[in-house]
Amino acid sequence: MADAAVRSHLRFILNGRDVTLTDVAPDQTLLDWLRLSRALKGTKEGCAEGDCGACSVLVGRLTPDGGLVYEGVNACIRFLGSLDGCHVVTVEHLAAKDGHLHPVQQAMVDFHGSQCGFCTPGFVMSLYGLWMQTPNPDDRQIETALQGNLCRCTGYEPILRAARAISSYGGTDKDPLLSERETMIARLKALKDGARVEIGAGKHRLVVPAGLDDFADLLEASPTATIVAGSTDVGLWVTKHMRDISPVIFIAGLDELKSISVKDGAVTIGAGVTYSEAIDTLGQHIPALGPLIARIGGQQVRNMGTIGGNIANGSPIGDTPPALIALGATLTLRKGKARRTIPLQDFFIAYGKQDRQPGEFVEAVHIPIPAQDEHFAVYKVTKRRDEDITATLGALRMTLADDGTVASICIAYGGMAATPKRALAVEAALLGQPWTEATVEAAMEKYPQDFSPLTDMRATADYRALVAKNLLLRFYLETTSNAAPAQVSRYEAA
Amino acid sequence: MNKHMTDLTAETITGGVHSSPRHDSAHKHVAGTAVYIDDITEPAGTLHAGLGLSTVAHGILKSVDLDAVRAAPGVVDVLTCADIPGVNDISPSGMNDDPVLAEGKVQFHGQPIFCVIAETREQARRAARLARIEYEELPADIDIWDLDVKTHRQVFTPLTLKRGDTAGALETAPRRVKGRMRLGGQDHFYLEGQVSLAVPGEDDEVLVHCSTQGPSETQHMIAHALGVPSHAVTVEVRRMGGGFGGKETQANQCAALAAIAAKKLNRAVKVRLDRDEDMVATGKRHDFAIDYDVGFDDEGRILAVDYTFALRAGFSADLSGPVGDRALFHCDNAYFFPHVHAKSAPLYTNTVSNTAFRGFGGPQGMVGAERVIDEVAFAVGKDPLDIRKLNFYDAMGVEGERNVTPYHQKVEDCIIQRIVAELETSADYAGRRKAIAEFNAKSRVVKRGLALTPVKFGISFTKTESNQAGALVHVYTDGSVHMNHGGTEMGQGLHLKVAQVVAEEFQIDLERVKITATTTAKVPNTSPTAASSGADLNGMAAQDAARQIKQRLIAFAAETWQVPREAVIFLPNRVRIGETEIPFNDLVKKAYIARVQLSAAGFYKTPKIHWDRSKGRGHAFYYYAYGAACSEVSVDTLTGEYVVERTDILHDTGRSLNKIIDIGQIEGGFIQGMGWLTTEELWWDGKGRLRTHAPSTYKIPLASDRPKIFNVALTDWSEAYEPTIHRSKAVGEPPLPLGLAVLHALSDAVASVADHTVCPRLDAPATPERVLMAIERLKKDRKG
Repeated sequence: MADAAVRSHLRFILNGRDVTLTDVAPDQTLLDWLRLSRALKGTKEGCAEGDCGACSVLVGRLTPDGGLVYEGVNACIRFLGSLDGCHVVTVEHLAAKDGHLHPVQQAMVDFHGSQCGFCTPGFVMSLYGLWMQTPNPDDRQIETALQGNLCRCTGYEPILRAARAISSYGGTDKDPLLSERETMIARLKALKDGARVEIGAGKHRLVVPAGLDDFADLLEASPTATIVAGSTDVGLWVTKHMRDISPVIFIAGLDELKSISVKDGAVTIGAGVTYSEAIDTLGQHIPALGPLIARIGGQQVRNMGTIGGNIANGSPIGDTPPALIALGATLTLRKGKARRTIPLQDFFIAYGKQDRQPGEFVEAVHIPIPAQDEHFAVYKVTKRRDEDITATLGALRMTLADDGTVASICIAYGGMAATPKRALAVEAALLGQPWTEATVEAAMEKYPQDFSPLTDMRATADYRALVAKNLLLRFYLETTSNAAPAQVSRYEAA
Repeated sequence: MNKHMTDLTAETITGGVHSSPRHDSAHKHVAGTAVYIDDITEPAGTLHAGLGLSTVAHGILKSVDLDAVRAAPGVVDVLTCADIPGVNDISPSGMNDDPVLAEGKVQFHGQPIFCVIAETREQARRAARLARIEYEELPADIDIWDLDVKTHRQVFTPLTLKRGDTAGALETAPRRVKGRMRLGGQDHFYLEGQVSLAVPGEDDEVLVHCSTQGPSETQHMIAHALGVPSHAVTVEVRRMGGGFGGKETQANQCAALAAIAAKKLNRAVKVRLDRDEDMVATGKRHDFAIDYDVGFDDEGRILAVDYTFALRAGFSADLSGPVGDRALFHCDNAYFFPHVHAKSAPLYTNTVSNTAFRGFGGPQGMVGAERVIDEVAFAVGKDPLDIRKLNFYDAMGVEGERNVTPYHQKVEDCIIQRIVAELETSADYAGRRKAIAEFNAKSRVVKRGLALTPVKFGISFTKTESNQAGALVHVYTDGSVHMNHGGTEMGQGLHLKVAQVVAEEFQIDLERVKITATTTAKVPNTSPTAASSGADLNGMAAQDAARQIKQRLIAFAAETWQVPREAVIFLPNRVRIGETEIPFNDLVKKAYIARVQLSAAGFYKTPKIHWDRSKGRGHAFYYYAYGAACSEVSVDTLTGEYVVERTDILHDTGRSLNKIIDIGQIEGGFIQGMGWLTTEELWWDGKGRLRTHAPSTYKIPLASDRPKIFNVALTDWSEAYEPTIHRSKAVGEPPLPLGLAVLHALSDAVASVADHTVCPRLDAPATPERVLMAIERLKKDRKG
């Protein structure tokens, strides 16, 4: 698409004002820009890796269906290049011009939700994002919205009290962002000119493609470019490893990568679909995936991070790959105009090595929906329940024959090897056998044939090995007994 | 015109003591307008620092090639130990073992070797990676678990406490158990990392804005490193984004570097650590290896205990000596030990030098006490709560024999019996104990556990000289008040409490009292805001200052109106002088015209306390704060994962200065203590690298880790036994060890897999992994 219009500046809206930037480094973070260039110091740096939420701001963006959605994001790992055509809202924008606090802020004051106050603007923004969409949340919704916000002083209880009370301070009808929604949609639409953005050259090249075909062409022409979707991983390459990532192609704004479709017994998800965008559809059709996705990162990370990125990144501890492998997912890769589709499990070749050619990118993942009689479960085991990286994750899918024997079985694990990996020896020990505890116990002995896990800061090899096989027992208990629960849970079963 | 109109007919002032005004900065916190060090508008030309850190745990620095660093874009200068004009030492212990920048050798992975100064922070951080450093690596001691406590190098003289004939009593005790416990450390994880901004002045002068709990000590360390008198250095801090002990001595390094660079280059310099650098290069709560040997009778009454508390000091003394001391001071928790011998062992290791952290070793001592209780309970087959109650110190007012601590202080104010009894009832301990047994009998995988643990925490710095404070109060001619004291605000509401005290003293509304930044230029030689002492010490000093001014006003009024002094009475926002009432503001104005001094420096020192470390004897604590927590957990016996179902807390803050602030400290302290004992795990690899150095790998509690049901109450009946500030009690540290209830509830759930016949000996932090491994061990023990 060599004829695409090219623009050499970024355009977005910061709080109330239009911003045009011509001189932007591809690795310029939103947080540093807010604090250093705009002197908006209400947004704090706590960790610079998207885990503490002190830097939370809202980003409003037009959705493919013409709506406008505001989502909490981590400004510390969000690059300016991903904000073209967006509305950035910081804590400074909340209070009224006369100084009157926003309901979210007033509730936090009245319920003593701050002590040292450093995390507070981030909590305010996360609660604001929640309240806009769910004015009267229950505790589970509040806790989920706050998974990406750390507070070291309060123990959270007063923040929960504040969150429950926000709506008693004012309805969403009076909220400036919501009442000015139509105006803002018009302003953002006016920014969408369909042009490619190109800024800088060489070690400082930033590109926002005009569309999917433009992206495919650009990547084919610059196969070493860094593809940035949610930047929840690449962000750390910059803030922690000081890596040069140029040239960078920002794809978060590509609507064509954001499609979710359900047909022929499968869910197809575009590589640019975020966890937040996917969770409802996936949770509806494959119930075990909803709670899993709700435990990936915090809300801000789920608002930015994509399932495509989780796969393309190739990490042995990514949470979606083992689940999708167990479901028999396939992957569509694209290079230029050429596409190929491969089983997801074949994508992961070795540690840090995936079956992706230079210039090729992950375009979509197709996830078969388990049949009515299929049992499917995903178990993520971590040190801390939420916003933690997997120690061991097991995904198990099984059908039983009428005689009670195992008719089909597919088991995949994360955190147990250099890649997400099938437990083939265990599967073999189960297939065709009666689904009994004796069979399960025998199969549990096969785990060492499939996995030799490592010891690291998340868990020892012994623990991983033990938990991996115990998860099979949990699966057995959950598929055979309706009596006592076979795992602990914070929330009553939905 | 003042925008606030004072009410001259009010019956009480707004915001006095024992009321609950909200945090003075709450509005600014939520609006994002509260200014932290990194938010201060930088002087033009401010430079920024990046640190070069050691990449080995122990080694000789053979060569340090910084050419590429100096040549990097934006770099203005690179500081090494050779650039330190004064002494290359910021050791708070006087041991001269804490270099600002490494000299000749490095002693832990992550030790600062050089400091890049560049035009931007990013340039400084990038340049810092370009150094070429050659080390001659030396053997490194990382973990204390396998070190020989008797022979291994200690960073500070250990402490021994002894009372009675412990060896003899252990020999003759009907029952005896020995064991060893591993107890992990904790990163402070203040949300605002270490940061200092130094602005050079004329002559020797430098002003340092520093996120520090101890401005005076920071001032002295900067002066020491610069080789200038303390009077040349001013340290100021309005607020910190969390401290928790982590900014007591650990703030000094950044402050010294910023000041040295600022003076050398004559430009403002900011040093702000990245989170990972902060976690790698600054000290933490000490992890411990606790050896215990306990003798007891068949009822479970403890007869004698012998303890060794070994702690990972790191490469330097820092505060490890006193932290070990405070562990010993709390090895009894709330229990009387008839014969006791306890010693500390602050062991040298090639790890970051560990430091103060809320509780300062006290919580670690109490973990040792509660492990012993568990051992005794399982040995005699009783509920641990029964053993706890059997071994409590005598209650206040009981004239018995069971009231002397291992350091020979008489416990005079013990109220733990009443607290535990009330909590047992309000939390329905007995009913739930029964329900849990029934639940566990029917549940194959999920097991529940319950525990009720007490807290007795000693209040005072054990370093006697630290128990003093100063304040500075000005009354302006419009009757508004400027309040300053030596304490620092890190979120705990100290400034608010002290302002309440001043408002109460003058009987003026709280809003008439201005809270101002802590600065060494207003109140000198202050103690760090630590040891829970902030309100006790500074509240008293501020009250003293206010009273001096008040006395002058009374004398002036008595003379002017020709009434006896007793006839001058401060009413809300006004003063009654004989039959006349005049607004406070008017009295102040008249006093000024009559040339009455309206400013005063206040002072306080804690009475009664003394401590002889060499003898292990003294009245180390002015008083004790008490509390108790009851927690219930559910544990998954296939994975070790768990959920805290419910926690009930009853805690004593005496006659609280501000109940809302105190409850906030209790809720937050409990969660922080729970985090320490559950998911917060510091993990070093074989090369001495801390691999849990960011929130991605180091897991402090989240909102979804709170107990599902969380009830916190204050003892509304208690008041300080001693004449503390308005009979309130300290609340900073005592709530943290309430988190032990969760550790012991987990232990109880684990014990259920062996029908409570085997002591689980669950070590901490009780991560899901430790819980599962303990379950596996108990299952095997039971079979075998």
